Amino acid sequence: MDFLFKPWDWYVAGPCITITMAALLIAGRRFGISTSFATMCTMAGAGKWTDFFRKDWKQDAWRLFFVLGAVIGGFIASHFMMDDTMVGISVETIRHLESIGMKNPGMTYEPDYFSWDHVFTLKGIIIFLLGGFLVGFGVRYADGCTSGHAISGLSNLQLPSLIAVIGFFIGGLTMTHFILPYILQL
Amino acid sequence: MRQLVIMLIGVFFGIALTKGEIISWYRIHEMFRFESFHMYGVIGSAVVLGIIFQKLSRKFNWTSVDGTPFLFVEYPKGWKNYLYGGTIFGLGWAMTGGCPGPLYILFGYGYTVIIVAIFGAIMGTFVYGLIRHKLPHY
Repeated sequence: MDFLFKPWDWYVAGPCITITMAALLIAGRRFGISTSFATMCTMAGAGKWTDFFRKDWKQDAWRLFFVLGAVIGGFIASHFMMDDTMVGISVETIRHLESIGMKNPGMTYEPDYFSWDHVFTLKGIIIFLLGGFLVGFGVRYADGCTSGHAISGLSNLQLPSLIAVIGFFIGGLTMTHFILPYILQL
Repeated sequence: MRQLVIMLIGVFFGIALTKGEIISWYRIHEMFRFESFHMYGVIGSAVVLGIIFQKLSRKFNWTSVDGTPFLFVEYPKGWKNYLYGGTIFGLGWAMTGGCPGPLYILFGYGYTVIIVAIFGAIMGTFVYGLIRHKLPHY
């Protein structure tokens, strides 16, 4: 039982993701989370603006049940399955983050600006609102996120998914190395 | 009943991504700095096992509980929207530290502020829907 409370290594967490994908396929669905954003647009009436969102959202309602389950999973894990809140990141990453002024990197799951006190600062607006916007715009443009392209698409040997994953890294590396250090120091 | 089972699969997914530290901004930052094998191990093992599952299921004609073929994704050929959209997504991923799944899971974890990023993502998807006919695809 001890295992449940310790952080899970990559060779536990990775196969769990495959099990999730397989379980959804067996349930007659497919593994893809970003479509839930479009489903919520449809439910909110975005079909009035463009036919891209004009469809029967009830067919996609199962995605929202999956998402709700994921939220509950996060709650269960954080409340009942954690000894502490540390993240086992490498010493190099900790040193780098300290060098640009971050306090106690890795001592909690997220940096200290993940709070309602910080969200309406310039830094908070850029990271949460703009960052979220880029995630939502990019995934729909690329037609899939990490679950749709990196896991489901690559598992089915889809070349478009490999191209999308290369894009994920072009964007992620550019942000991490050339832009984010300035945003973090705001 | 089916929706309940799907929700339970979601619970399992949420627990796994939390316990595997995949929802942490720090892990994503570390991955893009190539300072740990962790995230590469997570994604790599998930994909390798996924390929094996896909091959086995085709060989033995596994079907869903309804008897229908598995809904494996097949994307239209091309590259423009995958590369451009993927790059835009990557910029946001490195910023928020969460791809769509972790954004939801973080809310359950207790970082309720992430709802702002989820709102941003819904807005981003909406704006894409409005201007998609002006963007290059495939």
